[in-house]
Amino acid sequence: MLDKNGIAKRIAKEVQDGYYVNLGIGIPTLVANYVRDDIEVEFQSENGVLGMGPFPFDGEEDADIINAGKQTITTLPGASFFDSAMSFAMIRGQHVDLTILGAMEVSENGDIANWKIPGKMVKGMGGAMDLVASAENIIVAMMHTNRAGASKLLKQCSLPLTGVACVKKVVTNLAVMEITDKGFKLLERAPGVSVEDIKNATEGTLLIEGDIPEMQL
Amino acid sequence: MISKKVADVHEALTGVKDNMTLMFGGFGLSGIAENSIAELVHLGVKGLKCISNNAGVDDFGLGLLLQGKQIDKMTSSYVGENDEFERQMLSGELEVELIPQGTLAERCRAAQAGFPAIYTPAGYGTEVAEGKETREFDGKMYVLEYAFKADFAFVKAWKGDAAGNLVFKGTARNFNPNMCGAAKITVAEVEELVPVGTLDPNQIHIPGIFVQRIFQGERYEKRIEQRTVRQRD
Repeated sequence: MLDKNGIAKRIAKEVQDGYYVNLGIGIPTLVANYVRDDIEVEFQSENGVLGMGPFPFDGEEDADIINAGKQTITTLPGASFFDSAMSFAMIRGQHVDLTILGAMEVSENGDIANWKIPGKMVKGMGGAMDLVASAENIIVAMMHTNRAGASKLLKQCSLPLTGVACVKKVVTNLAVMEITDKGFKLLERAPGVSVEDIKNATEGTLLIEGDIPEMQL
Repeated sequence: MISKKVADVHEALTGVKDNMTLMFGGFGLSGIAENSIAELVHLGVKGLKCISNNAGVDDFGLGLLLQGKQIDKMTSSYVGENDEFERQMLSGELEVELIPQGTLAERCRAAQAGFPAIYTPAGYGTEVAEGKETREFDGKMYVLEYAFKADFAFVKAWKGDAAGNLVFKGTARNFNPNMCGAAKITVAEVEELVPVGTLDPNQIHIPGIFVQRIFQGERYEKRIEQRTVRQRD
């Protein structure tokens, strides 16, 4: 089974040379730590920066340079700042190659819910609805089950949707799955996790074809 | 040169009244119009309808207006990090319209640019699109979203001049340029009001035509919400 860093490490393998990537808050943010050194990738943050670098050194933080999680950051050579309309032009206009975001629920047809739990949590969608409505390549990073142990991979989402039929791939602490016309197609198992474990933790339709390899991290 | 310069924040906010619709630049606490917000608290205007990506934190930014119960309605994309906001929303004292962040930016830009509405794919198939017109273009569905109509826009820039030209810094830019000229009156506060002619025309982010009033801001706190650092090796 993977921890959050393990999920990020596996997703980092999906990041290819020349990609512009938008990372959501939470596990997705960790992906930047595991991208190979020998490829060129630029990270976009929807509050208006392309070419995000690591956190600043202690004492060098700047209130005017933050990411979408409101964390202080730095920029790398070649970076640029821009306004919110231009930022979402990059996103809606499909100029960003890969979007990685967290979710509370994903359904077998690729619907995603991650912005509201009626009566409990209403923080808002931020940029998530724009991202999922437009991105061609969306990977969800999340735990396979919620804190109560219930599956987050469902036939149908029970929470208010963020977007419909948009998720392409899901990477969890247990498995890598692709969204297909027929449901979640199991591609890889996390180390030490059996196909049976994944089946038991997945409420939606899980397609298992042949031997399922263990993830290479 | 047509001067937009006003003496101070008091003069800049002349005409702000109860029940007005106000736009505020900023992302989290970055790039917020600290001086204008403080003056709104001082004026005590009530019944405000505010358009802002976020709602500040309990004791800073728009949170200060929430504390004084000056806001009736918020239109935002993300409102976490604010307990008082949550309390007022759940109790029904505060009306909240949550919309996608890119939609918020584009509804500002539409108002600025003279478009009555725009079509966006964001929110299609979700509760955000309920009751709204939708339309198919090239096999994909879009939602019709209207341009904002606001009385005042309060923006904050790094540098500006009396002509109203603005230059922003870093990610403190965010919604500020999109709100300039998107309301009947745009009030810009700047960290540094420089002599006309010293800003390079090639480097100006917002031309002064979009700004009606500009003033030199004071005592910027520029609070950091999430101070994240790494250690030197």
